[in-house]
Amino acid sequence: MPYFGMSKLAIKWALSKPPTTAYPFKERRAVPGSRGQLVFAKGKCTYCTACAKKCPTGALVVERANKKLGIDRLRCITCGYCVDICPKDAMALSTSHGVPTVTRGRESHKSD
Amino acid sequence: MARTVIPFGPQHPVLPEPIHLDLVVEDEKVIEARPSIGFVHRGLEKLVEKKDFQEFVYVAERICGICSFIHGQTYCQAIESIMNVAVPPRALYLRTVWGELSRMHSHLLWMGLMADGMGFESLFMNTWRVREKVLNIVEATTGGRVIFGSCKLGGVRRDIDAEAIKQVLKDLGAIEQDIHDITKVFLNDRSVKARLCGVGVLSRQDAYDLGCVGPTLRASGVAQDMRKLGYAAFKDLDVTPITRTDGDSYARCAVRCEELFQSIQLIRQALAKIPDGEIAVKVTGHPSGEVIARTEQPRGEVVYYVRPTAPSICYASAFAPRLSPISRPC
Repeated sequence: MPYFGMSKLAIKWALSKPPTTAYPFKERRAVPGSRGQLVFAKGKCTYCTACAKKCPTGALVVERANKKLGIDRLRCITCGYCVDICPKDAMALSTSHGVPTVTRGRESHKSD
Repeated sequence: MARTVIPFGPQHPVLPEPIHLDLVVEDEKVIEARPSIGFVHRGLEKLVEKKDFQEFVYVAERICGICSFIHGQTYCQAIESIMNVAVPPRALYLRTVWGELSRMHSHLLWMGLMADGMGFESLFMNTWRVREKVLNIVEATTGGRVIFGSCKLGGVRRDIDAEAIKQVLKDLGAIEQDIHDITKVFLNDRSVKARLCGVGVLSRQDAYDLGCVGPTLRASGVAQDMRKLGYAAFKDLDVTPITRTDGDSYARCAVRCEELFQSIQLIRQALAKIPDGEIAVKVTGHPSGEVIARTEQPRGEVVYYVRPTAPSICYASAFAPRLSPISRPC
């Protein structure tokens, strides 16, 4: 064991199935309940500003008069606090992590 | 013999942490290490003054990426004790389970990095391979991998149902076998022993005087473990501090190896005894006064001092385990 302990282990693991997946050819499986990207349901939102007031990083900005909600993806830490406090369930966290960010600045969602 | 000073960190492949060490080397032996800190100041103390006291849990979890859950838990314990919140027993057990999973992945990270530091790449890879399985359990039960985000004031944010508990226990069995395999190498392999035995010896008195905590202190023979205070569900579980007397790097590694098995046993005990019921109670009002909360993180004792005043936390200070032995010589 003092000399060959690691060799035994290396052979054992070399003969077993690899723990990694062949990303990007095979997509990473979404774990149910995983806290991924923030998803906003525009139709449900009443623009009450509760989420913007409570967001720990200030990633959410709500303009009640213009019915507009902005999400700064670079600031969002996907903590889910907005999801917990939204009275209309307009916020949700998807299990997918999505692309890190598409644009710099706030992603804007506006209702008519 | 001439002495050489080798600067080490903060930008170094082996030590990607905001600390600088001046290593005084005589021949090939490090005889002194002069630390300097302060490369990172994130201003979290100021941030907390602007936040509602319930929001700070999310900030506290981000103080340390490796022991995130227990930071949030300690802050919650501080506020709950000052507001006399009766946390449901099920929430306390869930906190214990997640705290121990956090300890497991932190210890495996430490062991992997140590193997990497001494050039044992295959052991490093295999240690982190086991750590990945622990992180998978964490993701399946909390939704996060390193930042758990499952603790809140008055309880926890998620429950683990009976089916998930079964799956966790099944995964833990496989992890235990893997840990058994890698700890055999860590504790018996000739090259590992040659690197660790008799290196960095910290006597019991020195460890105590320098304010060491956690596995470092226990490896020098002091049986100090904050879990013995009985916070969360530890009052109902069988916790015995694991100690060694040699005080060298090998002893510190051995303590962590044994603590991995201890954590698995504690998770099994907690999941066997977990009571049914609510997972959180609503916290209303605003705390006032001042309080200190102490818990055992993977790397040692963490102390939270919180002094809330309306409408936010006036002052919150976290004394993280890593700083305690460094702060004395600085």
